[in-house]
Amino acid sequence: MNPEYYLILSAALFSIGAVGVLVRRNAIVVFMCVELMLNAANLSLVTFSRTTGTIDGQVMAFFVMAVAAAEVVVGLAIIMAIYRSRRSASIDDANLLKA
Amino acid sequence: MDDVIYASPTGILSLTWLLIALPAAGAIALLLAGKAADKWGHWLGVATVAAAFGLGLAQTIALAGLSETAVFSELYTFLTVGDVDIQASLLLDPLSAAFVLLITGVGSLIHIYAVGYMAHDPDRRKFFAYFNLFVAAMLILVLGGNYMMTFIGWEGVGLASYLLISFWQLKPSAATAGKKAFLVNRVADVGFLIAIFALIATIGSLDFATVTANADGLSTGMTVLIGLCLLAAACGKSGQFPFQSWLPDAMEGPTPVSALIHAATMVTAGVYLIARSHVLFSLNDTVQTAVVAIGAFTLLFGAIIGCAKDDIKRILAWSTVSQIGYMFLAVGLGGGAIILGLIHLFAHGFFKANLFLGSGSIMHAMNNQTDIRRFGGLWKVMPWTYGTFATGWLAIIGMWPASGFFSKDPIIHAAFAKEGAQGWILGSAALLGAALTAFYMTRLFILTFHGPKRWDDDVKPHESGPIMVGPLVLLAIGSLAGGYLLYTRLPGWLEPVVTADPKAIHGSLSHMEVTVMTLVAVVASTALAWWFFRSGTDEAPQAAAFPVRAARADLGGELVNKAVFERPSVFAARASVAFDARGVDGVVNGLSATVGGLSRRALNLQTGYVRSYALSVLSGAVILLASIFVVVFQ
Repeated sequence: MNPEYYLILSAALFSIGAVGVLVRRNAIVVFMCVELMLNAANLSLVTFSRTTGTIDGQVMAFFVMAVAAAEVVVGLAIIMAIYRSRRSASIDDANLLKA
Repeated sequence: MDDVIYASPTGILSLTWLLIALPAAGAIALLLAGKAADKWGHWLGVATVAAAFGLGLAQTIALAGLSETAVFSELYTFLTVGDVDIQASLLLDPLSAAFVLLITGVGSLIHIYAVGYMAHDPDRRKFFAYFNLFVAAMLILVLGGNYMMTFIGWEGVGLASYLLISFWQLKPSAATAGKKAFLVNRVADVGFLIAIFALIATIGSLDFATVTANADGLSTGMTVLIGLCLLAAACGKSGQFPFQSWLPDAMEGPTPVSALIHAATMVTAGVYLIARSHVLFSLNDTVQTAVVAIGAFTLLFGAIIGCAKDDIKRILAWSTVSQIGYMFLAVGLGGGAIILGLIHLFAHGFFKANLFLGSGSIMHAMNNQTDIRRFGGLWKVMPWTYGTFATGWLAIIGMWPASGFFSKDPIIHAAFAKEGAQGWILGSAALLGAALTAFYMTRLFILTFHGPKRWDDDVKPHESGPIMVGPLVLLAIGSLAGGYLLYTRLPGWLEPVVTADPKAIHGSLSHMEVTVMTLVAVVASTALAWWFFRSGTDEAPQAAAFPVRAARADLGGELVNKAVFERPSVFAARASVAFDARGVDGVVNGLSATVGGLSRRALNLQTGYVRSYALSVLSGAVILLASIFVVVFQ
């Protein structure tokens, strides 16, 4: 099986995720898009692992999943806090970092 | 000068330093004692100056009894650099002894008068401290054995005059006048410093004796440089053209200050300097011509302005400018005329102190009114002031037998005696000056004491107390009798310092002819002034003719100062401020503004929108990847 298909799929998924992060306002959707990009990266890692015949890529994909899960916990907590204070999940409303 | 023999200081003559130390100690004590001295401080001031007078008198008698003619005492080494050795030395010779007696004698009388005059001033103690300081500095000036010491005294009187003229410093005009006197004098003092440096460079010593002995060896250029620089310094201290403008403004100080500055101390310093350095001045014709030209010009200049002023003290001030012009003229003529200048200086010390203190007495009586158009008829209410002022008036216009007759006439004669056209020009100027003096002083005298009363209703004129009248009477006696005594005695006394005999001056006109001419001119102008002003004067002068207007405006002296000194300095100051603001500050501010502007641009990137940050991260990643691709696939 040609690994190029997997890589193209991974690139397509990453691009969809990236565009979703850039264009969507809802924090939950942005979050999902970030997950999509992470999964695209995982797909690439696993594909590379298959082509080289080693287990390194799969281990890294495992790490990415673990870190993503932890990140989701923290991120969702932040989103919940912002929603409680502002009654909105739009990321454009929370621009407190503005200079 | 060759026959000056120096005696070692022994006995009372070794106490020359005490002459200076007495008033200086008085000044220090008064300044340190603070308010505790308010009750007795002024008497301490009087006592120290009077004691200095007594000591000066004793020393003069001791000096007269010596076979030697001068006493030179070295106190300590002031400065030693290479071959140049400058001592703090004091020289007591007939010239400085005579000045010591004038300064401390007239100074004591003015001090006593000031006790009464300043009786109601809360700062009387401070006033006497400055007064003592003035006398001490003036004594250093005349007793100094070299140009360095003279310069120290020179600057000392400058400081004291600044403190005294702006004594009522809360009055802006007084503060300004003090500053003006100080600044004008500093400008002129640059001349003194240049002369001192030139003397060190050429002769290598500043001692009067060494300079005098080696003056012949100076090159022509050096004599011109040193002569003109010393002349500039003398003009500054003596209020001569072109530095005359500070002197009338100095009237802002209390009247005793005016009397002290004008009669006995500061303004005579210039004449003293020229008399002391007459050997240097006589080396070069150009310098001598400059001195007599300034003297003759200033005596007319001051007299013309004096004719048009209405403020009693300002008339007297311009009259001082004019009278000192006579002294400059005389000492500039050289030879026997130097003595005549000094005789006039001493006679002037008496009658000008008399006139100034008299005007102070009048101001006291008239609620500090100084406008002579507001006086009139005072002779009945102030008989003592009237009588003493009259002697001063007779003395200054040179009426026989008052002192001006014996001091001014010979100067006019000496001016006529100069060879060639110069003699006629100088003589005519001096004669015209005498006529103008008679005119303005008679105008002042008549308007003040005679004619109808023109004072305000709330003014109650009264005679001053005995403490002010006493010195007036003594000074009046001096103004009346001093001239003859000075004329007969002073030349013999000063002979070791200034050898030439004034009686040896012979010109195309005999002394008698000049005397008759002068007397006729003086009597005619006196009569003219009496005719004009016998019935008072208008509130505002109607004679708005050009000469009158010009004279009222100080003959444009202030305009010249403004155009020549003030405007260029103000312009230079503005230019440097502009350069600092635009040039120096511009570079620094421009740099900071550039950084600030750039950072403000960068600020716009910090929108706070997460998506825009994500976009920039993505663009960065894309650019990075693209460049890697370019590198890898080339």
